[in-house]
Amino acid sequence: MTPAAIRGEVLDILENIAPDEDLDSLQDDVSFREQLEMDSMDFLDIVMELRKRHRIQIPEEDYGQLASMASTVEYLTPLMKDI
Amino acid sequence: MVATISSNHLPDNQRIVLTGIGLTAPNGNSLDEFRESLLNGRSGVSEYEIRYVGKTFAGICRFDERRHQARKDLRRGTRAGSVGVYCSNEAIGDSGLDWSNIDKSRVGIYLGVTEHGNVETENEIFEIKGYDYDTSFWSHHHNPRTVANNPAGEVALNMGITGPHYTIGAACAAGNAGLIQGAQMLRLNECDLALCGGVSESIRTFGIFASFRSQGALAEHTDPTRASRPFDMQRNGIVVSEGGCVYTLERLEDARRRGARIYGELVGYAMNTDATDFVLPNPERQAECVQLALKRAGLVPEQIDIVSTHATGTTSGDTQECEALRRVFSSSDRTCFNNTKSFIGHSMGAAGALELAGNLAAFQDEVCHATINVDQLDPECELKGLVLNEPREMKSPTYVLNNSFGMLGINSVVIVKRF
Repeated sequence: MTPAAIRGEVLDILENIAPDEDLDSLQDDVSFREQLEMDSMDFLDIVMELRKRHRIQIPEEDYGQLASMASTVEYLTPLMKDI
Repeated sequence: MVATISSNHLPDNQRIVLTGIGLTAPNGNSLDEFRESLLNGRSGVSEYEIRYVGKTFAGICRFDERRHQARKDLRRGTRAGSVGVYCSNEAIGDSGLDWSNIDKSRVGIYLGVTEHGNVETENEIFEIKGYDYDTSFWSHHHNPRTVANNPAGEVALNMGITGPHYTIGAACAAGNAGLIQGAQMLRLNECDLALCGGVSESIRTFGIFASFRSQGALAEHTDPTRASRPFDMQRNGIVVSEGGCVYTLERLEDARRRGARIYGELVGYAMNTDATDFVLPNPERQAECVQLALKRAGLVPEQIDIVSTHATGTTSGDTQECEALRRVFSSSDRTCFNNTKSFIGHSMGAAGALELAGNLAAFQDEVCHATINVDQLDPECELKGLVLNEPREMKSPTYVLNNSFGMLGINSVVIVKRF
């Protein structure tokens, strides 16, 4: 998947996790927590959804990489390049 | 030793009154809608399909989930939690309480449940089946959704209540048990306002249907609205339903101080146990439970205007309850008996609270709603005063006695007096 496709996939996951939020104005370089009402359970939802959809295992020490859209896409790009 | 002081002789800070009702039933999402359905013979049972079991019947609630919850809260929580949130908010709205100025640390939440957690556990097992039972796909939401206090906890989260919250696991006696717990906590000064009653999400678990079917106790009929038929010769089991009913309970002195509208006073209650069988009821213990509630209320059977029966439509259960009621009420010519499950099926943890609410409206409209779907009364269910198929007008009904019994021989009775 290309970085753009990965961004689209993460956005799709976020739409399920945060259905009341306006994601059109999401800023990629600002952390999710600063823009959206998200807690640790929501971040675990992102991890679980990536695992279910693409069998990607994200180790706990890497959870911090999912802080913003930009850092998430950057982290996932090598993991999802062959998908 | 049993306290026999009737509530009229208690100080106002020990007298407990019902000041608000929020409910969702398969045939109504407010007391007015529910009552209208009961008086017009409108069933809430419809066709239903659930995984593995297939086609069956159920009482399905269609309340506006978004009225008090965001989409995210609905996604994260449980159906029982959502039912509890809806009913609790509606009860507060109905009570006329100035909610924004209520001390939330003095509000207690006591919700009865028959069971909790089966729905989410079944869903997760179904989900990981698609991943060859790899438990790394098991949801991190499972534990907060399945802890036994979940429905009450979701109410606390939604409404910012910081007083005590918990559920009362009491099988199908749970609705009454929630109410009793609320009254006790008010009397103990553990809270100033109790949100109490019962909730059920049980139609979302296939296990409950499958177990009743294996037991030979799941209702079947060509017409879903005729399937729940307590006391009828052709009854053949239970219709499982979801639902909820939450009351605001207050001490009489607090309710009077704010000029509250009072639905009724909880003047008597009792709970006891058969200790004889996992499933089969014991009419002797049931009769003792009714008699204990009457004694605590300082009443004799002849003073009860309406008995709201528990009967679920099973062959033996209905017969046993009627035997218990004949033991207590044989001397009363004025007591009417009805059954609300004939309209809505068995709403499990919500049943006791919902069925009581349906009957409390009789204090205003002075009508005893009927037991519907009785084409041929089972002689073993014969009760003097059984109101069959058509509602009956009454003269100033003053006392409603509400039965609610459950598996493992748990019995509960509450008595409410017109205020």
